Amino acid sequence: MNSLFYQKNSSRNIGDKVFTSLSLICVVIAILPLIFLVTYILIKGGAQITPDLFTLEPNPPGDDLDAGGINPALIGTLIITTIASIIAIPVGVGGGIYLAEYSKGGPFSRFIRFGVNVLAGVPSIIAGVFIYALIVSTKILFGSMYSGLAGGMALSILMLPTVIKTTDEGLKLVPNELRYASLGVGASMYTTILKITLPSAFRSIATGVVLGIARAAGETAPLIFTALFSYYYITGFGDLFYEMGSLAVLIYNFALEPYDAQNKLAWAASFILVLSILSVNIFSRILAAFTEKTKRV
Amino acid sequence: MEEKLALFKNRKRFGIEKNIDIIFKNTALVLSSFVAIILLGIVLVVFFQSFESFSRYGLKFLVTSEWNPVKDEYGAFTAIYGTLITSFLSLLITIPLGVGTAIFITEDFVPKVFREIIGSFVELLAAIPSVVLGLWAIFVMEPFFRAFFVFLHNFFGWFPLFSTEPTGRNSLLAILILVVMLLPIVTSIARDSLNQVPKKLRNASYGIGASRWKTIFSVILPAALSGIMAGVLLALGRAMGETMAVTMIIGNSNAFSWSILSPGYTISSMLANQFGEADGSQVSSLFYAAFVLMILSLVINIFAQWLVKKFSLKY
Repeated sequence: MNSLFYQKNSSRNIGDKVFTSLSLICVVIAILPLIFLVTYILIKGGAQITPDLFTLEPNPPGDDLDAGGINPALIGTLIITTIASIIAIPVGVGGGIYLAEYSKGGPFSRFIRFGVNVLAGVPSIIAGVFIYALIVSTKILFGSMYSGLAGGMALSILMLPTVIKTTDEGLKLVPNELRYASLGVGASMYTTILKITLPSAFRSIATGVVLGIARAAGETAPLIFTALFSYYYITGFGDLFYEMGSLAVLIYNFALEPYDAQNKLAWAASFILVLSILSVNIFSRILAAFTEKTKRV
Repeated sequence: MEEKLALFKNRKRFGIEKNIDIIFKNTALVLSSFVAIILLGIVLVVFFQSFESFSRYGLKFLVTSEWNPVKDEYGAFTAIYGTLITSFLSLLITIPLGVGTAIFITEDFVPKVFREIIGSFVELLAAIPSVVLGLWAIFVMEPFFRAFFVFLHNFFGWFPLFSTEPTGRNSLLAILILVVMLLPIVTSIARDSLNQVPKKLRNASYGIGASRWKTIFSVILPAALSGIMAGVLLALGRAMGETMAVTMIIGNSNAFSWSILSPGYTISSMLANQFGEADGSQVSSLFYAAFVLMILSLVINIFAQWLVKKFSLKY
């Protein structure tokens, strides 16, 4: 009779409760620092935001009270990630198209998919070392050494696997009926891809690519010896061939300065970087959840 | 019938359209092979740049810890030890935390909304740039843990890992910041593989009278093990290659010490620190260290992929 009822004190039920609380503790330990981290960055960084921050050059580190702004780094980050996108998106989308639309699961495509995963696991600093050896130290870009262009190339290596993967997976989700219908009415393969499959996979590909760009914007390691850093305004096209600042490298450099003013700039830059990356992420998540819901209906 | 076929015979594509089709396909082919070219290029370039140092020091480079640009003597043991100890210890902390969190958000302890919030919050953290984590580690984590480190040294100082007096930045801080970075990776991959375990396995286990946690330990976790292992290996690869946060907090000292309470070095932090100012054979030695790091992470990555293929769920 007794065994029909839930026994609070039987060893298995106590054991279950112990483990349940243990997993709850795991969640708390995992989540707490994370919440603390984000709020700290937003509060501490948000407090440093002034209009001057966006328009001034940073002053050289020193005991000055006024550290200046982060305008060159802000523009530099935009330029460098744009360069990286210009390289990585066409190559990645093209490669993804080949994998998803043309390859038939043969050894070549398996090798490329494997390579994509391996490349995604290559430490980001190795990408910087590679570009340093290939471009910076050889001065192959019209004699310029450290340059925004080289930095963008290093970042593009990190973006490439993400772009290929999302294109490949996005295209694979497009139902085959669409392809058959298009080919059936006599469209050629490239028309089918450009007019039918690519547009219908556009949203998922775009989401993945935007997330990839957001990740690249925060990467520092590939930039510290390819784009280096610069204190000066970016004035024209020619500046692409010279050292270029970026928010990420600014945070790295100024965090290690012993001066309070520079540290504050680092916090402000972190605030801008984290806020933009998080909002891109949250926005794409909401968008994805929204489209999933409409699909179900 | 014959007539109709004859009609179709004339309806061919224009030559130019055929050519565009072929060009399009081949362009895509070339673009996809870029991945292989870049990968090969990275391996070859790093290898050839490290050749000078490789031929001079050979494998001795891996086991000596002298790093002296003045005397031109290089050995990367400190950095290799630092890389291995920080990544393994951080994983040791991350695995139970991450898998525990993953179990919590795949079971139905709390309503689904909360679980999804926790899940996406953890995933959002993966998006925070590591340099920002480094900044946070310098100004918040280091002062916060200072007293704890002194305590560790006072009570466990007899243990080699805690044998040095803590002074500011050290390897243990690097380990802790790595835990923060790895947690999202391990948690989300563990969650995905736990979710993939078919419901009937769970129901069968409940049906024969197993309790919830008995089911988790004996049925669900073993079934999801390959996925979790792959996630752990990916996290290990990430931990080894992680540069910025570690560089900012590890203290960057090439003096070898077993203790994780002393400033240390990892291969990637050494590269970040010295690459810009290095010249001569130091550059080659740095490339040698980079080569070691690359091989380490390649091996781990390939092993992880093999593991996923070999043991992927077959239900």
